[in-house]
Amino acid sequence: MIAGRAVVAGEAEGEALVTSDALSFWGGYDFHTGEIIDKRHPLAGVRAAGRILAVPFSKGSSTTTAVLLEAVRAGTAPAAILTTGVDSFFALASIVADVMYGKSFPVIALEAADFALLRSGERLVVERSGLIRTK
Amino acid sequence: MLQLTDRDRSMLNGDRGPAPQLAMSILVRMADVYGAGELMDISQAHVDSTIYLGDATLEFAERLASLGARVAVPTSSNVSGVDECGWRDWAVSPEWAAKAARQMLAYERMGAVPTWTCAPYQTNMRPSFGQQIAWGESNAIAFANSVIGARTERYPDLLDICCAITGRVPAIGLHLTEHRAGQMLLQLVDVPLALQQDDQFFAVLGHLVGTLAGDRIPVIDAVVVQPAEDELKAFAAAASSSGRVALFHMIGVTPEAPTLEAAFQGRAPEQTIAITTAELRAARAELTTADGRELDMVILGSPHFSLAELSRLAPLVAGRHVHPRVKFLVTSSRLMKERAHDTGVLAPIAAFGAQITLDTCILASPMLPPEIKTLMTNSAKYAYYAPSLLNTRVTFGSLADCVRSAIEGRVVRDESLWQTA
Repeated sequence: MIAGRAVVAGEAEGEALVTSDALSFWGGYDFHTGEIIDKRHPLAGVRAAGRILAVPFSKGSSTTTAVLLEAVRAGTAPAAILTTGVDSFFALASIVADVMYGKSFPVIALEAADFALLRSGERLVVERSGLIRTK
Repeated sequence: MLQLTDRDRSMLNGDRGPAPQLAMSILVRMADVYGAGELMDISQAHVDSTIYLGDATLEFAERLASLGARVAVPTSSNVSGVDECGWRDWAVSPEWAAKAARQMLAYERMGAVPTWTCAPYQTNMRPSFGQQIAWGESNAIAFANSVIGARTERYPDLLDICCAITGRVPAIGLHLTEHRAGQMLLQLVDVPLALQQDDQFFAVLGHLVGTLAGDRIPVIDAVVVQPAEDELKAFAAAASSSGRVALFHMIGVTPEAPTLEAAFQGRAPEQTIAITTAELRAARAELTTADGRELDMVILGSPHFSLAELSRLAPLVAGRHVHPRVKFLVTSSRLMKERAHDTGVLAPIAAFGAQITLDTCILASPMLPPEIKTLMTNSAKYAYYAPSLLNTRVTFGSLADCVRSAIEGRVVRDESLWQTA
């Protein structure tokens, strides 16, 4: 069990998709398909829709938030996003998705040491308190 | 715990209308995310939310506009999703053009100045040193903070407009002196003067710095040339594409870094990394994904080409003509095109066979026809994003390389400075 900070609180369950490389969603995520498309990223070609995406922080474009909002609207967003430290971009996308569509996704900030424990393929449950456990 | 002023609270309560209420409600939730104790005033904004992606960005813009939203501070607009006058020359669908134009109209109704450029610092809305601003657009954020010394956090789309409508931002991060100190030192070691003088150098260095910096503020030392403004623009755009650089210091170059001591505010760097010619060569190689000599299009202008850049291009192309198989496109702003026209710089570029797209760029508007598969550019930002966003292959080179390749109809690069010995 890992205790994170619920930057945007919510519940989610899904398969973990973990990377140690930062990601820009603009130029990095296709909101039509929910696939990671940044050819320079280790997760290129992997579908993140509905999964619990663990990415240390956002990088690159300011439009990352808008891509994520489109993804929420299209139903292709990750089920939750786990980061190291507080990432304001992911938080904002979730907050605006809540305002616009009444749909948000949990954004949880973890200590780097806890983040390093995550493994792709694990089935994770994210609780409203920010607690993350394997199922 | 967030302390709001009476004015903040009146916005949040809806006393000032539904639009400030919506904007303030988002801002207050974000202030909590940032851990801000209070909000503070800004005197200018640059809105990146103008980029049309799909129904969600349009619905957000039209919701604010329909609530009667007005910006509270002078606000410039970033690129949109369409060149309103020129889109019919390209592969943009009428449906896309119509929706992107609706999104532009929504931000104009809110009072944003129709600059439609990702280089707002090269318009008359350039902020000043120390000015508190809320800017979106990664390259513009890095430029405003680092090259001008204005103060903005790294604001994302959808939040920038909330700051503009309320005139307020969370009092955190890069707005505050103590968070502007350098964190890591990147020292050029034995990088020859000739390489530093090459017009690709600062874009390549920026690309490398972005990949090395992670989420820290980098300080670059031992640059021996004085970069031109457009070289710093290329650096900022590259570093904020390959990385998340929102502020950098360059010793002896940028305004908050007259000395190492000043750049680090008297603290010690968390880490020091040497940058050698070998690493710069490798970084430059990363910007090229094409392996042959085929060339469909030369693309210049991310960030938007300035008058100075157009003025450098003009003599290189004067009296020449682009190869019939190759397109040559420059993305720029309305203002720069007008200035270039007035100063006579535009005529030789048009006679060369170059096209100019305004208000947007190839990354923000689906304008390239599918037969365009291989690009060449002198922009590290175009080189970084085009392979993933456009599914094209790209070659990075100097401005002269780009022009020569366009004339010959195949990729030609002068590698004398960059080849491994």
